[in-house]
Amino acid sequence: MRANLSVLSLVAGATMLLPGAASAACESITLGAAISLTGKYATNGIHTQNGYEFAIQKIKDAGGVKVDGKCYNFDVIYYDDESKGDRAATLAERLINQDKVQYMLGPYSSGMTKAIAPVTEKYKIPMIEAEGASRSLFNKGYKYLFAVLSTSEQYLASAIALAAEKAIASGKDPSSVKVAVAVENDPFSLDIRAGVLEDAKRFGMKAVIDEKLPRDLADMSAILTKVKLLKPDVLLVSGHSKGAATAVRQIDEQNVKVSMIGITHCEAADVTGKFGAAANDILCPTQWAETLTYEDPIFGTAENFNSEVKAKYDAYANRPIPYQLAQASAAIYVFKDAFERAGSLDKEAVRDAIAATDLKTFYGNVKFSEAGNNIAKPMVLRQIQDGKYNVVAPSDFASHQVNWPRG
Amino acid sequence: MEQFVSNFGLLLEFPVVNLKIVLDGIMIGALFALAAYGLALVWGVMNVKNLAQGDFVIGGGYICWWLTQMGVPALIGVPVAFILMAGIGWIIYILMIRPILDRDLFTTLLATFGLAIIMAQLLNLLFGSDTQSVDLGYDTLYFLDGFIDVPIAKLLGVLMAGALALGVILFMKFSRMGQAIRATAQDARAARVLGINTDKVYAFTWSLNAAICGAAGAIIVMVWVIQPFYGITHSVRAFVIVTAAGLGNLPGVIAAGLGIGVLEQYGAHIFGIGYQQAIAVILLLLVLIYRLSQQRRVRQSLR
Repeated sequence: MRANLSVLSLVAGATMLLPGAASAACESITLGAAISLTGKYATNGIHTQNGYEFAIQKIKDAGGVKVDGKCYNFDVIYYDDESKGDRAATLAERLINQDKVQYMLGPYSSGMTKAIAPVTEKYKIPMIEAEGASRSLFNKGYKYLFAVLSTSEQYLASAIALAAEKAIASGKDPSSVKVAVAVENDPFSLDIRAGVLEDAKRFGMKAVIDEKLPRDLADMSAILTKVKLLKPDVLLVSGHSKGAATAVRQIDEQNVKVSMIGITHCEAADVTGKFGAAANDILCPTQWAETLTYEDPIFGTAENFNSEVKAKYDAYANRPIPYQLAQASAAIYVFKDAFERAGSLDKEAVRDAIAATDLKTFYGNVKFSEAGNNIAKPMVLRQIQDGKYNVVAPSDFASHQVNWPRG
Repeated sequence: MEQFVSNFGLLLEFPVVNLKIVLDGIMIGALFALAAYGLALVWGVMNVKNLAQGDFVIGGGYICWWLTQMGVPALIGVPVAFILMAGIGWIIYILMIRPILDRDLFTTLLATFGLAIIMAQLLNLLFGSDTQSVDLGYDTLYFLDGFIDVPIAKLLGVLMAGALALGVILFMKFSRMGQAIRATAQDARAARVLGINTDKVYAFTWSLNAAICGAAGAIIVMVWVIQPFYGITHSVRAFVIVTAAGLGNLPGVIAAGLGIGVLEQYGAHIFGIGYQQAIAVILLLLVLIYRLSQQRRVRQSLR
């Protein structure tokens, strides 16, 4: 860790010197980030870091950040939180007190963000995070926390809207739609459930099944038997990777016919690779997809972002770019925009500028609510069609028609 | 509460559901029974309560999964997992179990608990924390308007579990080693006096247990999913089954295994799937209370 740190600071030092040599005018703005580079979140932590670094380089290439007539480049001090919340909080203190960081980037996962937010709040340090979706982050009255991603209750809520749309199209009343929900008993999945039930209630739909999946021992045949008996029109499952794997496997085995099935974490569980055709026509929510029609002046279109990242990082050559990376880049872009509008490096001015953000990015539109979450970007639903993930909802962004009813 | 009643109503309204629940329960219970039988063996013969039982199961599962990644047909994975886990079990016995065999209950419990943690973390490091599963690609048989579904893979799994159980029963009954194991279980000192090498018997029993678990795991990865930290759920069930059935009672272990499978499915249906595991633990509690009260009666009559 200590060795890592000195290497990092050397690198940081070097990057500080280089632009000075190239374009003497640019100074640097230092951001702080405690991020999971080892431990259980390491994979996604590294995606996040790559996203930050990619965006910083792009902004530098485009002429840096212009604040009050002067030019700046971003420079990040990273620490490894080892995927532990208490460590993340300690590192945040250290970034603020010892490294005198005035602006923070978020860590990976809702849990780590929850650990850091009280610290940044205490020192009134503005933090833009891109990887904490739990809505419990946004009901604490935090003033300095901003998130570019959609909150977790929206993950499957759009499936309800889609079901209502389909019900109307086939001449039925949306309130006749029967919904079945099965989620794991953790904060993230419970958020998803809350969002689904709220939306279902708005349409007057009835939740005929509403169950919690156990954390381990992947078996949901009892729920699926009930599904066969009660014949809901929509079946929504959220249980991280193993929930997705179990659901896809057993839905196929038990030959469960539901017109619409939505499952989170399809990509992470690689359901297309593991179960092939059994995964077809399942809906999977995502924060971002490269086929979306968003664009901005720095990164170009979503597709352009996708191909440039693939060209820069070999690790993504043969796989889709995780949305975790894209949203990390978007967080940096929001910082740039806020600094330029604030016209000052004063953290309070920057905080107010972030709060007033109304920005179009390759990742989607960004506009923060009072609570700090992004309310301008919808969650996207992709459907697995012949083994490919195609965007089917919301209809403004859809590249493909949804296959409905399923099976 | 309303939900429980309506769930219960479904059972009466659609009697066929009961058949489905029982079938599902039996198919799951058969796999629980295997690991439980292995536990009954080491518990009965060596008096070691192995908390790493479930991790042996998951270890076997990963062996089978890894073989399929190498292009080996999954069904070959079952015997390979059996043999490899026997070898791994033997090494663990030499390094870890033999030195503590004479120690008290807590030493063996702590040691096997440590073993469970080490195994889970090793699997995590080797294979990552993703959920894995092997898809055999077989069809599913449907009966009664498609309401009863029996995936051929699951059926095959139950048959293999049955064959393995039968093999072990015959081995214990008729082979010399089997007889030696039973003799040692009855009275280790007497067995030693009669010239049985009990150290060899212990090593063999421990490896046999690991092998049975390994094969069970290989079957589980074909019909379910596994993950490095799933061991504990299998351990818990094995303990419940053995406690309910008693040691040295193979038909009892099998019956208890199937019974728990079925009860869990009923529990999941009526109380919700989140309580599926609670059913197993509540059952353990009831069995223990019943056993204790029984023992007290016996003791009182002796006084």
